[in-house]
Amino acid sequence: MKLLPQALLGRETAEVIAIPVGALAASLLVFGAFVASQGANPLGVYYDMYRGAFGTWFSFQNTLLRAAPLMLTALCTALPARLGLIVIGGEGAVVVGGLSAASAALASRALGAPPVAVLAAMLLSGLAAGALWIGLAGALRVYRGVSETISSLLLNYIGIAILNHLVEGALRDPASLNKPSTAPIGAENALGNLPGVEVHWGLAYGVLACALCYVLMHRTTFGFAAAMSGGNVRAALLAGLPVKRLVVITCMLAGACAGLAGMVEVAAVHGRASASLVSGYGTTGILVAFIARHNPLAILPVALLLGGIGASGGLLQRTAQLPDATVNVLQGILFIAILASETLRGRPRAAREPEVRQAAPASAVA
Amino acid sequence: MMDPRALSSPAARPIRAAAARDPGPLGPPPALSAAGITKRFGPLLALDDVSLRLAPGSFHALLGENGAGKSTLVKCIMGYHPADAGEVRVGDAALSIRSPREAQSLGIGMVYQHFTLVMNMTVAENLVLARPSLPLVIDWRKEREAIRAFMARMPFRIDPERTVRELATGEKQKLEILKQLYLGSRILLLDEPTSVLTPAEADEVLGMLRRMADEQRISVLMISHKFREVMAFADEVTVLRRGRVAGRGKARDLTPAAMAEMMVGAQPAHVSAARGDAPAGEPVLRIVGLAATAGRGRRALDGVTLTVRRGEIVGIAGVSGNGQEELVEVLAGQRAAREGAVLVHGEPYGAGREQTRAHRVRCLPEEPLRNACVPAMSVAENLGFRVFDRPPFTALRFGVSRAALRRSAERLVAEYAVKTPSVDAPIGRLSGGNVQRAVLARELGSGEDIELLIAANPCFGLDFAAVAEIRSRILLARNRGTAVLLVSADLDEIFAMADRVLVMSEGRIVHESPIASADVAAIGRAMAGHR
Repeated sequence: MKLLPQALLGRETAEVIAIPVGALAASLLVFGAFVASQGANPLGVYYDMYRGAFGTWFSFQNTLLRAAPLMLTALCTALPARLGLIVIGGEGAVVVGGLSAASAALASRALGAPPVAVLAAMLLSGLAAGALWIGLAGALRVYRGVSETISSLLLNYIGIAILNHLVEGALRDPASLNKPSTAPIGAENALGNLPGVEVHWGLAYGVLACALCYVLMHRTTFGFAAAMSGGNVRAALLAGLPVKRLVVITCMLAGACAGLAGMVEVAAVHGRASASLVSGYGTTGILVAFIARHNPLAILPVALLLGGIGASGGLLQRTAQLPDATVNVLQGILFIAILASETLRGRPRAAREPEVRQAAPASAVA
Repeated sequence: MMDPRALSSPAARPIRAAAARDPGPLGPPPALSAAGITKRFGPLLALDDVSLRLAPGSFHALLGENGAGKSTLVKCIMGYHPADAGEVRVGDAALSIRSPREAQSLGIGMVYQHFTLVMNMTVAENLVLARPSLPLVIDWRKEREAIRAFMARMPFRIDPERTVRELATGEKQKLEILKQLYLGSRILLLDEPTSVLTPAEADEVLGMLRRMADEQRISVLMISHKFREVMAFADEVTVLRRGRVAGRGKARDLTPAAMAEMMVGAQPAHVSAARGDAPAGEPVLRIVGLAATAGRGRRALDGVTLTVRRGEIVGIAGVSGNGQEELVEVLAGQRAAREGAVLVHGEPYGAGREQTRAHRVRCLPEEPLRNACVPAMSVAENLGFRVFDRPPFTALRFGVSRAALRRSAERLVAEYAVKTPSVDAPIGRLSGGNVQRAVLARELGSGEDIELLIAANPCFGLDFAAVAEIRSRILLARNRGTAVLLVSADLDEIFAMADRVLVMSEGRIVHESPIASADVAAIGRAMAGHR
């Protein structure tokens, strides 16, 4: 396979780009009407959003900081989607990843480990906790027939409840009065910034994870087997593929990515685990994955875009007197527009060419 | 004659629907003619100046190999595809039919190979809901009376209160035809209507259509592969080859051999392998006491025990739905067994990738697109399903070499004559016969000798040239020592191929005999469940 699909100018490629861009434009129009109804000038709002997201080096760094966890949480939905599973448990995996990273940091610190070892312990425990979390949803799917969408959604609530229970109880730092948190991991153990910029290493993790997942899913035998299982599970079984194992492993990889996002939030941003971990990155990641059509490379620009929208909320509040939750309205409109636009795919062709018939995805197993 | 287009106006529909319920005295159905139809799909010329006339009250058969353009022609007539050139005439008026609904309003109805019924609704509900326009509130009492009156005029009856799921396959196909008649269709287009029916059911359905055509109530245009049915029921025949009319005539003037020649042209007939007479060798596949359940805990397999030896074809006959599908699914790894054992070369076999490879097991399941292909993946990728994870198809050990897959696919596509725009096209866009050829190429074309082949209705829905080719490839594999388990709903196929015949009924093997001493009557009794 060449780096660019060979039919770059072909109709299908045009469609892959035109449909999301069209949905984006449509949602901007609707959002414009919304802010106009709130008494703001839509064009001014868009300009402010651009400034707040990409206008200055400072705001762009802010955008990058928000994009980093989105890349990782988007992978949590995008990878299982290759197997035909819809996993929406990114938020819970972020929370348990962050919580276990903080616990690992505190435990290894208590043992007197050097900062490198503390960071390694945080990394591994964040990855492992996320992997087990979403792996559980995958295992419930293939061995017990529980819908992975429902179970991963409910696991979000369980993860958040465990976090609240621990930070208000066993792991609570007595010094955290207003906002129950764990003890700080210590400034010396924090994840530093990339050289030359005010952006932490989490961005590098995110980019690297997307690149690795792209190679895994599009270039390796594992990805080929996953595409077979997601495309038609009966054909995959006929070819002797261990479909159940593939589902669980892919879910674990997906969860590990989101768990890594939680670890980065603790190690680079908050310095401790608290309810701040429940920040909506997991939910926005679902949106990123769908806009990117579950392609790990496409996640990079989309995460940047959605990160920028999130970053512009503050400026919008100051200049246009709109509440900063306004950007959530745009996100919501975007999500609905993107999902609805999926049905347009192949429309102009459908009448003339025989359709590619659908087959059972891997989620139909068990 | 009134312009039939007037019937297509929305205001006219209720009147027409009323007419469907009370047709009164009818004249003969209008003539249908297609003149100079040409249709391209990208670079492929699917139909090239094809003309056909369906006289009122005639039974016309449309013959041709897979991909010859039969379905495309019918779809052009129905308005699914706009033809690039040519015109369709109904009665005296030249019309461009732009949609199936328009065709329907002109009295042209289509019956498909596969059912378009709602399985969990009753016969009456299926009929009423098929109408193009329905009132907001349906007066079911009135509708039932109307349907009863309608059924009374039909040459066969189905209880309107039965759920479609409970109907036998033949009854479902009859209901499809009834549905068209109920909708007021006078010209019936049928796409291989008998492919899911037993010969007896097929004769009944076609005989009924024949009688209705003789009474000038309908005209019939039927796509078929089966010369027997064409000879017995059709009065006119048109043969298509590669998008052109290759021949036409009265059925009584033609012989199957002449029609076959028109279908394949001057090409030499495909090699037909002779059965070698080496005796069967040691057992390759042994199944002992196999049990499995299907949907809702139904016991689909109930203690199946059988052995397939090296160099023999064991045929499993039976009425479909008696566990054959589940047996193949267990052997293909698509269904878990409840009890019992499957042994290949004496070792437990679970259809995993390593086992399939070690024992060289291959499978030709029925409905290959549903069972053996990923429709959205390319032909090259689909041809690589057995081999993509080992050299020479891997790159850097864990990578997949698309170039190697494509090269091997080019070779297989050429060798097995798979018609595809390119090996990069999604396999789901290929015609059914070509999907089947692609799967055959993947399963048999690896170059190594296969130890065990499981084939389920491998020739289902294929034209006779493809059937001959697939059968001869299976026979050649057998002669080289492959053990073959052939599950087929076609008893003729089993008699043509198998060395031993087993009959399956209600999830058990109820009869076994060597083919040389097989007694058709005994097999028929066993199939029907009489021991």
